[in-house]
Amino acid sequence: MENIIELNKVTKRFGGITALNQASLTVTKGEVVGLIGDNGAGKSTLIKTLVGVYNPDEGDILIRGKKVNNWNALKARESGIETVFQDRALTPQQSIVKNIFMGKELRYPFGFIKEKEQIFEANRLIREIGFTSKLINAESPVGNLSGGERQGVAIARAIYNNAELIVLDEPTNNLSLNETQKVFDFVLNVKKSNRSVLFIGHNIYHVYDISDRFVILDRGEVVHQLQKNEISTPEELMKIMRETIKTH
Amino acid sequence: MTKKNSYFSNYFHKNGRALGSIGYFILLMAIFFIGAPEAWIRPNLHQSVFVMMPTLIFLTIPLVFLVASGEIDLSFASTYAVAAYVFALLVKNGVDPAICFVLGVLTGAVIGALVGTLIVVFRLSSLVASLGVLFLLRGVILLLTKSRSITIMEVENHWIYPLLVGNFYGFPMQIFWAAIFVIFCYYFFNKHVFGIHIQHVGDNSVSAEQMGINVNAVKIKAFMFVGIGSAIGGIFTTMITYTFFPTQGFGYLLLALAAVFVGGTPYWGGLGTIIGAVFGVGIIAYMEIGIIAIGWSGEWRQFFNGLIILLALLGHRLHGERVR
Repeated sequence: MENIIELNKVTKRFGGITALNQASLTVTKGEVVGLIGDNGAGKSTLIKTLVGVYNPDEGDILIRGKKVNNWNALKARESGIETVFQDRALTPQQSIVKNIFMGKELRYPFGFIKEKEQIFEANRLIREIGFTSKLINAESPVGNLSGGERQGVAIARAIYNNAELIVLDEPTNNLSLNETQKVFDFVLNVKKSNRSVLFIGHNIYHVYDISDRFVILDRGEVVHQLQKNEISTPEELMKIMRETIKTH
Repeated sequence: MTKKNSYFSNYFHKNGRALGSIGYFILLMAIFFIGAPEAWIRPNLHQSVFVMMPTLIFLTIPLVFLVASGEIDLSFASTYAVAAYVFALLVKNGVDPAICFVLGVLTGAVIGALVGTLIVVFRLSSLVASLGVLFLLRGVILLLTKSRSITIMEVENHWIYPLLVGNFYGFPMQIFWAAIFVIFCYYFFNKHVFGIHIQHVGDNSVSAEQMGINVNAVKIKAFMFVGIGSAIGGIFTTMITYTFFPTQGFGYLLLALAAVFVGGTPYWGGLGTIIGAVFGVGIIAYMEIGIIAIGWSGEWRQFFNGLIILLALLGHRLHGERVR
């Protein structure tokens, strides 16, 4: 199986605090990886390093087997990694279309923007993601949307760019049951098209339901990894997580 | 609500602020007209506004970009004088005025980049840091010139003079340059990656950074643009009056800032309007001249400038709180 991304013994410090300690993580093509751990285990730091928001202090990042230098958010997106951040990474006073194309605008030469094309694509995307309200179109400001709809915009952005790996950071937080189901459907669709998902969550039932493989993080270290077929219930996963953390 | 309503609400969201400042402008004109109809139809009143407006436009429009990016710059009033000083000094020393113009504008860009880098890299408050630069640069000019002005009558015989600030069938040329500048900036702000990134950065810089936008670079470029605009304004004024004087530009500091906010650009970043700013400049320029024209004493001017800024802020509030 081809590796999409590989973090090799990555360390990240903030002042005197070591948020990530020699953490290694690999995501291969077409799999859904669930990243679990307690609050403060370093989940957010790990994924922010993975998607280029943070630069690691030590360790290597490999994209499709090749080491990359000066890893940053733009490079991550250009290598086919899209992220739905915990805070959604939206700009609420701007329109839906501007948010969907933020940082990756469709351009004419000299940097002018293909506005009509962007609006057309954005309208198509928000229908695809299931916005049915006639009140909402591509030019509506994001600030007028509900939490679930904002999540939809963030997901639409990840879909549009045809990413090979989609990172979802706590995607089901603050969502209704219906909206959570939509996120699950989305993950299954991505998997069906042989692309990969890295799913971060602290609701262990959600993570269990959709992941093929689990990575347990504690105090900045990857303490255990297991395949879904090694266990049979979410309770078992919870037990293993508690025990590895206790003995760590 | 129907689809039509959503169209109107989006339209209002996009253009409401510009419409507000147009409304203020029309109201102001109506008051002046009713107050002094015979003064108002005299063309020389409007002519003197047209002489003032271009300079104010070169200062105000780039500030809209900067305020939309979430920063502010006060130092532009001194950059204006430094660029004009470089221009006048080089002309006086026999350098071709066209080259002097380019070097003067370049000076503005460099100062803007330095101010921006200082603020962004060291994470200084842009209000306080640019206030410091405002005094510092003004001090440098006063020291270098020993408070003496420079007269450059020689520019009149060079081709650049009629091209930039000459007379075209009764209209000063700088009006056309200002108009081109406004049209360019309208597209630059609304339809170009530069303007769009500025709006994202000013709206939520963390989100912009997570989406791969280089927030610091965007902000430094916005500061540079302010430097370029103020350099153009300063050099134009120096050419029109054939004189560089060391206190030049100070009077525009508060007027240009007032025009930004009266023009409908909110102070909190993420939003801005170029068309609104043009009317903001119109309001401020007519206020400067109109009050005297309708026979009131000049003391009223500051009173009304203050009043209109407060009204503009209330307008921002009525148009809606900042959404998060």
